[in-house]
Formats: sequence, C-alpha cells, structure tokens
Amino acid sequence: MTGPGDFDLNRRELVAGGSAAAALTSLPRGAHAETTSMDRPTRMKVSLTVNGQRRDLELDTRTSLLDAAREHLHLTGSKKGCDHGQCGACTMIVDGRRINACLTLAVMHQGAEITTIEGLGQPDTLHPMQAAFVKHDGYQCGYCTPGQICSGVAVLAEIKAGIPSHVTADLNAASQVTEAEIRERMSGNICRCGAYSNIVEAITEVAGRPA
Amino acid sequence: MKSFTYERPGSPAEAAAAVARTPNAKFIAGGTNLLDLMKLQIETPAHLVDVNALGLDTIEPTPEGGLRVGALVRNTDLAADARVRKDYGVLSRALLAGASGQLRNKATTAGNLLQRTRCPYFYDTAQACNKRQPGSGCSALDGISRQLAVIGASEACIATHPGDMAVAMRVLDATVETVDAKGATRKIAIADFHRLPGDTPQIETALKPGELITAVTLPKPLGGTHIYRKVRDRASYAYALVSVAAVVQPDGSGRVAFGGVAPKPWRVEAAETDMARGAKAVTDKVFAGAKPTHENAYKLKLAERTLTAAITEARA
Ligand SMILES: Cc1cc2nc3c(=O)[nH]c(=O)nc-3n(C[C@H](O)[C@H](O)[C@H](O)COP(=O)(O)OP(=O)(O)OC[C@H]3O[C@@H](n4cnc5c(N)ncnc54)[C@H](O)[C@@H]3O)c2cc1C
Ligand code: SF4
Ligand code: FES
Ligand code: FES
Repeated sequence: MTGPGDFDLNRRELVAGGSAAAALTSLPRGAHAETTSMDRPTRMKVSLTVNGQRRDLELDTRTSLLDAAREHLHLTGSKKGCDHGQCGACTMIVDGRRINACLTLAVMHQGAEITTIEGLGQPDTLHPMQAAFVKHDGYQCGYCTPGQICSGVAVLAEIKAGIPSHVTADLNAASQVTEAEIRERMSGNICRCGAYSNIVEAITEVAGRPA
Repeated sequence: MKSFTYERPGSPAEAAAAVARTPNAKFIAGGTNLLDLMKLQIETPAHLVDVNALGLDTIEPTPEGGLRVGALVRNTDLAADARVRKDYGVLSRALLAGASGQLRNKATTAGNLLQRTRCPYFYDTAQACNKRQPGSGCSALDGISRQLAVIGASEACIATHPGDMAVAMRVLDATVETVDAKGATRKIAIADFHRLPGDTPQIETALKPGELITAVTLPKPLGGTHIYRKVRDRASYAYALVSVAAVVQPDGSGRVAFGGVAPKPWRVEAAETDMARGAKAVTDKVFAGAKPTHENAYKLKLAERTLTAAITEARA
C-alpha cells in the first residue's frame, strides 16, 4: 500500500497534511498522529475477534479488513479478486452479516466478531455448506469458493430472518428458499469458472430441500 | 491510497465539528463508495470521521404519520423494515434492486444518496473529467456515453446519479435532515438535494462542506400500487440503464420518477396529470428538451417502454 507514489506530495497536500496533523493533537479519541506532515502511514490499534479468537493488531489506517486478515493474521482463505466490491471473493461474516471485506477498513471494526472461511470449518470438521460444495463440485479453480461459501451460509440466514430480495414476489410475505431466490441473493459472488449451477445445488441441499 | 488519520466520534454534533475543523476531512459510513474511490485516488481525504457510532441507525414514526429513517440505517434494514415493505414498497424494491447482498449490508441511507457517478471517465484518472478535475474537460461528450444522462446535463458533464434508492425517495417526496458544525439543523427537500451540473459538475448536492446528514424522512403513506422497475445489462448486480419508480392509484393517477437518465432522480410533476392517458403522454413531457448523445438516445424509448410496463403491472 505504500507505493512510491505515496511520497510524491505537491504543495497543497503538504500544507493540508500538516494542518490535519496539527488539528489531531486536540482530538478526544481516535488516531494518534505519529507523523508530522508527510504522507506517512498513520498506525492505530484495533482488537478484533476473528473466528472466536481475540486478535490485537496495530495497523496502518488504510488496511482493509481483507488485508488485515490475509497479510497480518495470515488467514489467506478469503481471497482478493477485485478489491472494489465487484466480485465477492473477499466475503466474510462480520457481526452476523456478510460483507465485502475489501471495502471496509480494519480500524472501523473495533470489537467486531469476524468469521472467515477458516472459522466456518476445518478439513476434518467441515461446515455443512463446505461439505455440500465438495459433494456438488461447487467450484473448479476454487478462487471464488471461500467467498461463495461464506455468502451461502449468510444467504440462508437472511432468508430465515425474513429479509426480502429483488425476486421476492410479495414483499409482505416470507420468502422461500427457491432457486430464483438463491441465484438473486448470490449475485454478489462472481465465479469466472461458471460453477453456478453446482453452487445453487449445494446451497439448496443445505437449506434442507432436495436439489 | 493516500494516508489518512481516523476518528470515531460519538455524537452528530461532534462529527460535524470534526469535519469542519480538519482540512480535507470526510465522513465515512459504510465506506463502500468512498473507499472504492480512495483506492483509485479519486478521493484523497487526509482525515476520516467515522459516523457509525452516532446512534443514527433507527427508523422511527413521525408525528405526521410518516417515517424518520436514520442516516446510518443500512440498505438491508431499510428494505426489510415491515413498515417500509407495507407502506413504501417502491423504496424497498429500489433498495433490493441495487448492488449486492454484501454491499447492502454495509451501505447506509446517507451514503447511498451521496454515492458518486459511475461515468467510466470519472473512474479513469488518465482521462479529462470536469467532475474529478474541474476545468480539465469532459471525455464522455464524444466518448463512451451509453450509460450517461439524456436530460438535465450540461456541456461540462453528462454524468448520471447512478443510484436506485434516491429515485424512490424522489417519488415519495422525502426530506433530507442535516446538522452542521455549529449545531444548526436544516431540512432539504429531496427534489432540491441533488444539483444539476451546470458549469460546476464537481458540486453534486445542496450539502455544505462539513454538513452531516442525520436522517431522511418519508411523508405519510401514499397508498396505491408501488413499483420499481429497473432495466440493466444483467439481471442482478448492475446499475440501471433506465429505472422507473411509480406509485399508481386505483383510478390510474399517480407519480413517477426516472433513474439512470439524469444527474439526479428525474421527476416532472406537471407530466403526472397525464398518467391515466398512458406512458407516452407522460414521457413526452418528462423528456421534453432531452439532449441524448448518439450512444444513449435509446434511453428515451426505453424509458417510455419501462413506464408502459410499470403501468401495466399496476393495473394487473
Ligand atoms: C460493485 C458495486 C455495485 C453497486 N451497485 C449499485 C446499484 O446497482 N444501485 C445503487 O443504487 N448503488 C449501487 N452501488 C453503490 C452503493 O449503493 C453505495 O456504494 C452505497 O450506498 C454507499 O453507501 P455507504 O454508506 O457505503 O457510503 P460511504 O462510501 O461511506 O460514503 C459515501 C459518501 O457519503 C458521505 N457520507 C456518508 N454518510 C454521510 C452522512 N451521514 N452525512 C454526510 N455525508 C455522508 C461520505 O463522506 C462519502 O462522500 C454499488 C456499489 C458497488 C461497489
Ligand atoms: S460526464 Fe461528467 S463525470 Fe463523466 S467525464 Fe464528463 S465531466 Fe467527468
Ligand atoms: S475482492 Fe472484495 S469484492 Fe472483489
Ligand atoms: S471456481 Fe473458479 S472462479 Fe469460481
């Protein structure tokens, strides 16, 4: 994240950066400005509960939740496909909800409960969704798979919680676990290998309906 | 991404004051638009004020019989709220037609209103763009303009407001509530919230620097049939080419706003008297004076047909 360009400052940025740091000395809470004027990293402490374990980190404020997991906690199951919210490979479950970990900052998640693919299940203790993906061949290269599985788990929870979708016919009725519902709700997870039909079968099986 | 400092204040007044006193500071809510743009150095704030701990995440009834939606209410929660589903179906539908499940879980009411355009040249820092770099020119005018505005634009910029939620808010006549660093509050009608570009396309809304959105209020329910119809390049997870938010009453009268066609949700109230006469009568008036490019003239026909479909659906 600290490419050479980060140190190319023009005068305007230098001035703005300098006064931003000055203003920070009076802040009640939050970042400590450890640098003066250059575009140097600002580091902050953050504690996350990742897969049930408390992890204390000190990170550059720019670190996404995805990079915190992959580069700092060495949980490399979550993948970086696009880094722009467009593919879903980075999907994690944070405080019970699936999000794109690439489009959020680690420091915004002080105290959060985070579940990554590693926390859903391990090779000898597979989560039912992981087992179903294996059984139904819900992947080819596997790059999108951790995101697909985290998303799939959350999708079933969302249907159960009564959250409607674009294809829910009656907004005032509960939505059902249909193929159309699963496909629509999984649209934020792109699979370049096109394993979609097997992914739908795997999720359908876990939902307790015959595929 | 440029380096920045970060704080997470606990009250709206503190948050507004923090942005006002810090040069080049920005609020961050869900972060799904701002961080995207920061990664590309299209946005380069030196300080981020996180608004997630301000307690603005509830939906409350108003004395007038409407709903007051906190600025930090997530798109998922707004779409799923039982009162919104029952009385403001067009809003639920618009939200559910936008982005993906993961993004809606993060995206907030205020952040959604303030999302920036998806014009391809705005995103390409190697191209001229008056919105990104005022005075540099507009690459879209004779470039790729298939997705861009057909009305309300200017010679300086033909970008659209790309969102869905705001189109529903416009048809419902919502009001945006704000607070500034001095603690002064104000109410902005959604019709006046997004600006037309004129020769300052970098100024997109009526918000003043440092002004914090605290809520969006919805007036009392309109009744009628609520429809949000979005036409896009794929069935899900894509921005609108054209969208129609409509509330149609049993006698055929109603309201309609269009998305994907202009720098703001596009609604012409005077055209709505023709609703009962069918789509063409309405779109002829709504799009009078349109200036499409050779690439996006299709949107005029598409808008008429999408409204026809919406009216047909309402009658069914
Ligand atoms: C891949 C992708 C697809 C998408 N598809 C769609 C789509 O189909 N339809 C659609 O409508 N949207 C779509 N979106 C956009 C998405 O809806 C927005 O990114 C989201 O709504 C922004 O909300 P946020 O809370 O994350 O905003 P942020 O990114 O946190 O903030 C956006 C802006 O609002 C400002 N801000 C935030 N809160 C406040 C406040 N309370 N007061 C004042 N200023 C504030 C910030 O400073 C920033 O400038 C898509 C996004 C992505 C990445
Ligand atoms: S249309 Fe607007 S956003 Fe797009 S290149 Fe022109 S000035 Fe920039
Ligand atoms: S890496 Fe996060 S959505 Fe693609
Ligand atoms: S399995 Fe290869 S991208 Fe999905």
